[in-house]
Amino acid sequence: MKNTESYKEVLEIISPYLPEDIDPKSVTLNSHLIDELNINSAHLVDIVLDLEDRYDIQLEDDDMQQMQTVGDALSIIAAKKEK
Amino acid sequence: MENAFDHIIAQLPYSSPFLFVDGLTGLTSEYVEGYYQFRPESDFYRGHFKDAPVTPGVILTECCAQIGLVCLGLHLIENHIHAAKGVIAMTESQMEFLKPVYPGEKVRVRGEKIYFRFNKLKAKVRLYTADGTLACKGQIAGILNSTEG
Repeated sequence: MKNTESYKEVLEIISPYLPEDIDPKSVTLNSHLIDELNINSAHLVDIVLDLEDRYDIQLEDDDMQQMQTVGDALSIIAAKKEK
Repeated sequence: MENAFDHIIAQLPYSSPFLFVDGLTGLTSEYVEGYYQFRPESDFYRGHFKDAPVTPGVILTECCAQIGLVCLGLHLIENHIHAAKGVIAMTESQMEFLKPVYPGEKVRVRGEKIYFRFNKLKAKVRLYTADGTLACKGQIAGILNSTEG
C-alpha cells in the first residue's frame, strides 16, 4: 500500500481540504494532518469519509484517532483492505 | 401548548434575541421540522435595510442551523449513550437565498441528516415561507463537542 500510487491517491483526497497557505507539494508521509497541515477536525471527518468511499472500507473512532499523519492514513487503509 | 419536543427546545443554548426556534413539529433520527416567526421589532431590521426591512441571510442561515442542525443534533446525541450533554459548533454552511423573508413572516424549516459520523453532523436544510415557497436552502455542518456530566 505504501507505494507511490496510493500516496498520490491519498494526497488527491486530502488536497481539497488543505488551507490555502499549505502547498500540496510540501506534503510528505510524515506530515501531521492537524498540527502541520492545519486540517481542522470537521474536514478530517470529510477526509475519512472520502477515504471510506475511495477504498470501500469502514473506519471507526479508533482509526480516526490513530490517523495522525499521511503515513498513518496509508497504513490504516492497507490494514483495512487486508481484512 | 405542551409539545413532545419541548425538551429539545429547552436544551438549546440560545435565548432572545438570538433564539430562532418557536417550536418543532417533527423529529426523528433522520429529519427535523420546526417553525419560527420573525419578530418585526428585531433590532437588525432597523439597519437591514434602511427603510426597507428584510431578514438578513445570516439570520435565515442561523434559523436553519438552530432548527435543522442543532435540534436534530441534540436529538441524535440524546440517543447516544455516552454523550450526556453536548454543544454543537457550526463548521460549514453553503446556502442559497431564493426569496426575501419579511418582518413578521412565519417560516418552516426542514433539516435532513446527510451523515452523522465521528461527531460531525451534516444536514440538508430548507426554509419555507407560510405559503409553502422555498425561500432558502443549503447544507450546514457542525461538530459535536460532548461535555460529560
